[in-house]
Amino acid sequence: MSATLLGAEKATNTPAAPPTVPRRRLSRRALLLISAAVVWTVGFVFLHGTGTLALPTSELTDLHRSLNQFNSWVASNRDDNPVFLYLLSPLRSAVDAVAAVFTTVFAASSTGLGLPEIGWLGTVALLGWLAFAVGNARVALLTVAVFTFFGLQGLFVEAAHTFALVVTSVLLSLLVGLPLGVLAGISSRVEKIITPVLDFMQILPTFVYLAPLALVFLIGPASAVIATVIYAAPPIIRLTAHGIRGIPENTREASDSLGTTPLQRLFTLQIPMAKRTIVMGINQGTMAALSMVTIAALIAAPGLGQVVVRALQSLDVGTAVNAGLSIVLMAIVLDRVTTAASERARPATQRRRSALPRRTRMILVGATFALALVLVQLSRTMLWAARFPQEINIGPAITSGVDAASEWLQTHLFLLTGAFREAVTVAFLNPFQTAITDTPFFIMFAALALVAYAFGGWKLTALVLACLTVIVYLGLWGDAMVTLASTLVATVIVMVLGIVFGVAMGRSERFDKLMRPVLDAGQTLPAFVYLVPFLGLFGATRFTAIIAGVIYAAPAAIKIMADGISGVSPTVVEAAVASGSTPWQVITKVQLPMARKSLGLAANQGLIYVLAMVVVGALVGAGGLGYDVVAGFVQSSLFGKGLAAGLAIVFLGILLDRITQAAAFSAPSRSRSTAPSATTKEA
Amino acid sequence: MTRNGSVFKRLVPALAGAAAAAMLLTACGGSSVNQAAAADGSKAACGTVNVAMNAWVGYTANAAVYSYVAKEKLGCNVVQKDLNEQIAWQGFSSGEVDIIIENWGHEDLVKQYITDQAVAVDAGPTGNKGRIGWYVPPWLAKAHPDILDSKNLNKYASLLKTSESGGKGQLLDGDPAFVTNDEALVKNLGLDFKVVYSGSEAALIQSFRAAEKNKTPLLGYFYEPQWFLAEVPLVKVNLPKWTPGCDADPEKVACDYPDYTLNKIISKKFSDSGSPAAKLVKAFTWTNADQDSVATDIQNGMTPEAAAKKWVDAHPQQVEAWLK
Repeated sequence: MSATLLGAEKATNTPAAPPTVPRRRLSRRALLLISAAVVWTVGFVFLHGTGTLALPTSELTDLHRSLNQFNSWVASNRDDNPVFLYLLSPLRSAVDAVAAVFTTVFAASSTGLGLPEIGWLGTVALLGWLAFAVGNARVALLTVAVFTFFGLQGLFVEAAHTFALVVTSVLLSLLVGLPLGVLAGISSRVEKIITPVLDFMQILPTFVYLAPLALVFLIGPASAVIATVIYAAPPIIRLTAHGIRGIPENTREASDSLGTTPLQRLFTLQIPMAKRTIVMGINQGTMAALSMVTIAALIAAPGLGQVVVRALQSLDVGTAVNAGLSIVLMAIVLDRVTTAASERARPATQRRRSALPRRTRMILVGATFALALVLVQLSRTMLWAARFPQEINIGPAITSGVDAASEWLQTHLFLLTGAFREAVTVAFLNPFQTAITDTPFFIMFAALALVAYAFGGWKLTALVLACLTVIVYLGLWGDAMVTLASTLVATVIVMVLGIVFGVAMGRSERFDKLMRPVLDAGQTLPAFVYLVPFLGLFGATRFTAIIAGVIYAAPAAIKIMADGISGVSPTVVEAAVASGSTPWQVITKVQLPMARKSLGLAANQGLIYVLAMVVVGALVGAGGLGYDVVAGFVQSSLFGKGLAAGLAIVFLGILLDRITQAAAFSAPSRSRSTAPSATTKEA
Repeated sequence: MTRNGSVFKRLVPALAGAAAAAMLLTACGGSSVNQAAAADGSKAACGTVNVAMNAWVGYTANAAVYSYVAKEKLGCNVVQKDLNEQIAWQGFSSGEVDIIIENWGHEDLVKQYITDQAVAVDAGPTGNKGRIGWYVPPWLAKAHPDILDSKNLNKYASLLKTSESGGKGQLLDGDPAFVTNDEALVKNLGLDFKVVYSGSEAALIQSFRAAEKNKTPLLGYFYEPQWFLAEVPLVKVNLPKWTPGCDADPEKVACDYPDYTLNKIISKKFSDSGSPAAKLVKAFTWTNADQDSVATDIQNGMTPEAAAKKWVDAHPQQVEAWLK
């Protein structure tokens, strides 16, 4: 696969590598990578077209047919199997009850006028106050402004539904995630067991388990919440474990020498010291939960996602963008508030002293709470404060403005974009895809095994071969290779963007400030929102799918690169400038080489994020595994194949993740960085 | 918990306070504006009807008109649930869906839920005829009239070639939810074409829209009734005529798709309940033109409710006949 890519990357890195690295080790790795490229090239030249294991889109294997039975098995066992009766049904009722509380409080009640317990004014006041209490005045103001803006967009009720669902999901994710995270933090054995499970939860496309979930937990809030928890809990678990593990050994020993019991140690030392990382996990989990709203809408979860999904069926770009904007804004609010809370969670000595003295702040918190209560009461008794006045509605203006803009783009840019797409596809994507799909599977096995051995030794090689074997067993090798080709092309584009924008942002704080909201939007805007104009510009092609993947994955890579570049010690940069280096020299000779770890991490995360968009890409012509997943979601006779394709995506993801991590950190192990993989996916 | 530092210290009392305040307010709920103006309960006779909302505009048109009539004339409480087809069918067995108001075939689901599990019943045709086939944009049909015969398609294979179709002509397929024999058809008709899967209805419509606007060649899978045909009247390509049994073996099929009689599926329980809403759904029929007019209104920005009201107001006798 990426033998040549990685080889090339290596080659450019070699001159920059510090001279202390032993020469022999490097040349051995290079040798292995070159031999992988040779095996691949020779295999392709002599054997191309044989052993490709391609399965036509409309055909099934016996494995797929037997997986099809799953749905009918659930249907026939739901009423009498004890697992369903005593475990799953009570679980569903409990989750439903929690979801109902939040929905009734914020979004809609089932009685009377259907107004929630707390109307819009009360919600805005209460959430604003909460943001102030856990964060600061700035995020409080942001919260109030954004939630009022939802009203102006004519989407307050929908936003409140989404908010209620996200809050429910995050609470349940914490309930599950914190104890598991703490456990994984204390015990290496638990972590070893839980890591592959978390990989599964994060990489398996939601479309694969949404239908069975709706079958087990029925249609309604419970299924939507549980689907969200499956996706939102892993980052919380990972970061909690990471935080607890990150405590310096000597601190722990100091505490142990005082004779603390393990439980005391946990509550007095480990959890308090890991607090900041844990709150970061809550932040990541919240973002992940919000990214599920459009998916949850497919099983009748009310809210903003539903507006987007409905707009898509009539290709109504304006309405979709209006709702998508709400989702982005809500993500920004939740992100900023939880970040402010994590800032506050730093030990007081490390924290930048807040502008307000503690006492004044407490008084202010109390006073604003009283004000919030008054507004809540008002929103319960006055109709204008309960339901957002419909007279003030700028939604239609946004909708028609966006429609006009998208129309203009599609009319005037089509020739340009069409030619561009054609050029990229013919010159780059098609030959590359052919090189991957037409190579016999055993040649790919050999080439990838060599690459894995070069980076990670025997252990990684065994893991890679196991993943590849499973993909073959699943009967979807051909589709997996189609997906792999698009994924790698998208990742290359992501890395180019990551380096260009990351360097620019790392070097200029002002540019960084300017870009952040754009990047946030790229990560949280549901793909459904921008797919339609892109279809107009690029047609239903793999290229469109690649663009969608890039939009979603590039922000993560850019952020990581910017972080790495700005982390380069300023004295080194100053020294380089003082010795007469041009900016270009500073970037290529100092900043990029010194941010090499970030480069590796960006490539790894870029790949995983691109992979998370495989299913969305299939909605606009990507084909491959993503299409199998989508088809399995909508046709019961293809369910088994969809499930198999979902599993193939997971194994492909694990394979790519472990290889890139090994390459990035140059350590001969599969040790996983705790940086959360894909925080958001699909739609 | 209190030992865990300032965030939890601050957060816990804050949340507790907020919760207590909320409860306090809920307790004196009698004064809430929500309850004060509660809706009149006189129309409760019909009960609640759960209508699945599948994601295409034609379906939405059917559902909107049905919901409007059930709500306004019968006083039912109509709950619309956005679901895809497969999950909507699942809902019959769990009792969470009462009505699917436009069903396209789905023999596998009919077997599973109507024959085997007996949780759903066929509530008769909607009056809409569904047609599936291969279509080209109108400009292409005008420029090359003979493209409309499948025998001539190979002549246009190079014209229809794209970057996606690997040197052959491209046949663009759509939403994977729809039945397709296209791969077998291409093979059995000896066509030099490759089926390319666009993956969604949105992708298919947008492709045809762009093809007509930019006068680019395109051959694709499409179906009617569909609101988009009112915007761009796609022209159907004639495949060898469908005869009963010609599509019995999906591997060997070499004929056009049959016409689908679109029908309504309702849950067994709902059907047996004797609810006036069940009677209404069984009586509900209209024509493709009716559906298109409502669908086009929705498409042009009307809310489904408003579009349904417009149609119902314009067709009082027809609605009256459903309610008899």
